[in-house]
Parts: sequence; C-alpha cells; structure tokens
Amino acid sequence: MSIFIDETTKVLVQGLTGTQGRFHGLRNRDYGTKVVAGVTPGKGGSDVDGVPVYDTVEEAVAATGADASFVAVPPRFAPDAIIESAVAGVRFIVCVTEGIPAQEEALFFNRLRREHPSTRLVGPNCPGVISPGKCNIGITPGAIALAGGPVGVVSRSGTLTYQALHDLSQQNVGQTTCVGIGGDPVPGTGFIDCLDAFEQDTDTRAVMLIGEIGGSEEERAAQFIADHMTKPVVCYIAGVTAPPGRKMGHAGAIISGSQGTAQAKMEALAAVGATVAQNPIEAAELMVEVVKNLA
Amino acid sequence: MDLYEYQGKQYFARFGIPSSPGVLCDTVDEAQSAAEELGYPVVVKAQVKVGGRGKAGGIQLAADSEDVRRHASAILGMDIKGHVVRHLWIEKASDIAREYYASFTLDRAAKLHLCMVSAKGGVDIEEVAATDPRAIARLHVDPVDGLTVAEAAKPVAEAGLDEVARAQAAHLLVKLYDCYVQGDCDLVEINPMILTTDGRVRALDAKVTLDDSAAFRHAEWGELAGSEELDARELLAKEKGLTYIGLSGSVGIIANGAGLAMSTLDVVNQVGGRAANFLDIGGGASADTVASALEVINSDDTVRSIFVNIFGGITRVDEVANGVVEALRRVELRSPIVLRLDGTNAEEGRQMLAAHLSDRIVFEDTMLGAARRAVALAGASR
Repeated sequence: MSIFIDETTKVLVQGLTGTQGRFHGLRNRDYGTKVVAGVTPGKGGSDVDGVPVYDTVEEAVAATGADASFVAVPPRFAPDAIIESAVAGVRFIVCVTEGIPAQEEALFFNRLRREHPSTRLVGPNCPGVISPGKCNIGITPGAIALAGGPVGVVSRSGTLTYQALHDLSQQNVGQTTCVGIGGDPVPGTGFIDCLDAFEQDTDTRAVMLIGEIGGSEEERAAQFIADHMTKPVVCYIAGVTAPPGRKMGHAGAIISGSQGTAQAKMEALAAVGATVAQNPIEAAELMVEVVKNLA
Repeated sequence: MDLYEYQGKQYFARFGIPSSPGVLCDTVDEAQSAAEELGYPVVVKAQVKVGGRGKAGGIQLAADSEDVRRHASAILGMDIKGHVVRHLWIEKASDIAREYYASFTLDRAAKLHLCMVSAKGGVDIEEVAATDPRAIARLHVDPVDGLTVAEAAKPVAEAGLDEVARAQAAHLLVKLYDCYVQGDCDLVEINPMILTTDGRVRALDAKVTLDDSAAFRHAEWGELAGSEELDARELLAKEKGLTYIGLSGSVGIIANGAGLAMSTLDVVNQVGGRAANFLDIGGGASADTVASALEVINSDDTVRSIFVNIFGGITRVDEVANGVVEALRRVELRSPIVLRLDGTNAEEGRQMLAAHLSDRIVFEDTMLGAARRAVALAGASR
C-alpha cells in the first residue's frame, strides 16, 4: 500500500502548458503516473504531447475523472488554482510553487480547512509526493526511489529528501510513499498528517522524518509519536549550525529567539524514543539497521 | 525584510496608525535643524534593526539644541549589538501616561493569525511572556473572517488596558491587522503603544517585518530596498540573485536546495570545520548561477576551501559542472574546491570536469567524505 496516492490516482496538471508544468507533468507521466489532463485558462481544446488541456478544472474533472491535481503555476496564480481544484471536488492537491505570500497561504489553508475539509493539500513549495512504482506527483526524480517499502518518508526539504531516498535505495531499502511537505510557514499537510497515515498503512513498517529549523512542527510530531506511533521513527533535523534570525532559504526556516532550534527539536524527538541522526547519511544508515531488525 | 523604526512608522501611516511626527537625519547638524523644526523637547533615536536600543543608550530625550547635538554625536556611529548607527530619527517627545504592547504574527501551530496585547509595554515582551504570561492577552484571528472592532476589543479588555484607552486601542488593532494582512507583513509589533496624558493612543515604536515573497505585488517596497544591513559578500550575492548568508568560518559552501545547504553546514561543523556561508543555488540552477556562486565565494577572503555539494533533482549536475568550468574561465579561484556530485546527470557532470581535476579541484563520492576533505584543505591552506 501507499498513502494519499496509488496506481489508480488520476492527475490533472494546472499549468501543463507552462515550462515547469510541461517538463514535470510529462516526467510524471513517463514515470507511469496517470496524467489525464492539463488545465490552462484560454488553452482548452489543445493538448500537450497528447494530454488534453481544458480551460477549467471543473471541465477537466468532468471529462477525465481526475481526482488529484498538480499545481505548477507561478506564485500570483497559485492560490486561485488551489481553490479552483478544491471547489471542483479534487481530493488531493500538490502545489510545488515557491514564493507564495504567507498571507495568501494562511488564507487558502483556512478556506480549505473550513470549506473543503475532504481535500488534502500538500505544499506549497514542496517537491511533491511519490509512491514508488505507482504514482509520482511533483518534481521528485523518480529514478532515485525504490518500490516495495517498508519505509515511509516525510520531509520538509526537497534535496535532502532526494539524498535520503537515494541512500535508502542504494542499500536496497524501498519506500512505500515519500511526502515532501514543503518548507513554507503554512504547509497544507504537516508531519502529523503523514505520521498518522503511515501508522495506519499496513505496508509501511518504519518512518523516516526529515525536519529543519523553524516553527514547532517537529516538537508536535514528537508528541504525536509518543501518543500514537507503534512503528519506529528515524529522524534528522537540518540547521544545527544555523544563525538565529536569518531565513535559511526556506521561508519557514528561521530561528526566532530560542524557539525552533534544531537542538530543541532533536531533544524532543529523542525523548519520545525516536532515533535521531546527526546527518542525512547517518539517518539512512540508521534506517537500514532499523529495517534489518524488523524481520 | 525588516524595516527601520522610521520606515515602520511610515508604513503604519499608510493604514492610518498614528505615531508622533519626526525627521530622518544622518548628521548632527541635520538633527539640530530637525529638532528646531519639530519643537523641543525631542527624542533622539538610533535607527538600527535590533532590539534593546534604549538599554544601549541609543534613545535619548533632548530639551534643547545643546542636548540634541550632544546626543546625536554620541549615538551616530554607536555600535548596538554589532549594528553601527548610521541614521537618527528625531521625534517630537510624547507625554506618556501608559505604555502598552500590541502585535500580530502567524501562529504556525494553529495556522491562524495571532494578536497579542499587554498592558505591560515598553519592556522586552519575551521577558513578560516568561515571567508573567497572564499579562499577555491573546486572540486568534482566522484570515477568512478578518478582524472586527468588536473582536479586537476582547484582548484589549482582557489585557486590562485603561478604560480611556480601550476603544481607541481596539480601532488601532484593526488598522494594525489591515497593515499586517494587506501590507503583507510577517510581523507587526508596537512596543510601546502609548496612552498620552491627553488621552490619545498611538505607536511610539514600530517593528515591521515584510514578507519577501510578496514583493511582486508591492511596487512601493522598492524605495525600502537598499536599506537592508548586508555585508559586502551578501550585497554581491543579492546582485547575482543568490540565496546567501555570510557566516564566519573558512569553508565556502555551495549546495542546491535550502535543506541540503543547511545540512551541508551541519556536516562541515560535525567534522570539525566551520562554514563561511550558506548558499543555495536553488532548483534548476543554470551554469551561470553556479559560476556566479563561485565568484561570490571567491570574493570572500576568509574562505580557505570550497565545498560544492549537489544532489541533482531538477538541477542537472552537467549544468552545475558547466558552471564550474565557466567560473574557472572567469576568475582565478583562490581556494581549492571539493566537489560532491550526485543525482540527475551526475556521470555526465563528472566527465565534463575530469580534465580540470588537480590537487586544487577534487571529487569526493560522499557528502561526509567531501566535508572532511574540505575541512582538511581549509586547515592546510591557512
């Protein structure tokens, strides 16, 4: 099994006619994902390499039965694109767009939470979600993931996720699903949502969590692990040496005062029995050990 | 981007938030003529983007021209927690009856806006939060609903602001919320928000952090640019469009993706080195971006070795390799480079660089190995 998406997921790409949408949308299709439609206002009736394009999400859903959306449009259009998909009944939305104003994110997060509670948003500013061998929505290079489980991966960072997938796959440890929740201050899906889903997924038998400085999501994840997780969790937190008060590339990665430090997060996770690695290489090594001991 | 106090007050004014009149000055003479224009007494306030100005002596009351000149010359050039004072804000002195606190920011755990109000203003709010948490009234605001005056009145009353100030404070909070939301701020804070002896509520200080991601819809922010306190390396990086933060170590860092870049700093630290910078070339970086990144790092004379850590996803490693070759053509690199290249088109990238390998340009297979090598080279070339 996998979480959120599988081989039956039908994906529409908002912005398929743009450079990014075309490149990654077609890469997702080449991976084996059912990419059934594109949506670009004013370009309905055309196609991108055989994928039909519609003017609206509503039309695309009606014509193709798409149940997931990949939002690959610039920051100024992304909020409306997300809401349009939710209104059209799309149940799963991945938004990779970087640079959406935080005020917009807070607004659409709360609109989704109140008006479209059955729609799940992953991102913005995330690499997307991949269930190896089944479905890949977003910009994760499919070749570095390995199908078959038993590890679920959830991460705030893109490239660090690739590093982790690569290291696990090299050692022949597969993944059920890898969710990049993104580095922005208001992620649509958080660590806890993913931990919860992995805990319930029978094929996932261990979870790797990759966090970073800023906010308190990792601390709250630690509490969730203590209260609800039976499966082993291996963690790595980036930004031990980050200077306070500076935005480390990700909008959400900033240490305010003593809050949000990597140290505090690592201590919180270690205190609830999670295995805490000092660097991403070690995280993969520790996970390989955990997986060996599962059998 | 953080604003100076005077910029924050100007930004507040756009949304109708009252503060005292003042003039921005860069010299003692300017300060004196500003004071005379405003009328005594005035307050001479250091403009630096760091808290604790008052304690450091950066805010002084002046009763006459002699006072203004004395304080202005003492404060200009003063070092406040590493920030050198270049600008003064000369403000008409206020008759203060009470000092309160008000702010809006995002509560990332609740994913709602958070309004905080306290009757204990004019002091470090983190200290109030630690010693007397009940003195801070909190109100969550759902951005879908926005904030009404009636809602804003609740934390104002709960915080125990004086009766005479309450209605004005509630109205001011709504304006502050508008500034926060429509003005695309990450943080707006008034500390202190004062009640004057003649019964008016206004902002005596202003702390505003703008959300850089919203710059595309705020043409007016252009005039605020250039006021950032960046060092020479950071300025050059900004010109080149790179995400760069200067640090104090000797290993220059180039990585793709914020997480991997942060992690690279950590790994360098773990093997006994210290990073000279944080530099994320971003996703899908071109050869030109990579070459620019190397140029920026090369301009930093504290750098003793350079660690290029790339895991290609959208970023293609052959493009990165191209950038390294381009940089070698453009500038003479002062420091040895350790390259760790993995991911999309890594093999092609390594082949392109094979002809350039020497004792100054080396490959390492793993992130950890590369970190060790870079740290060793930084030590050796010191």
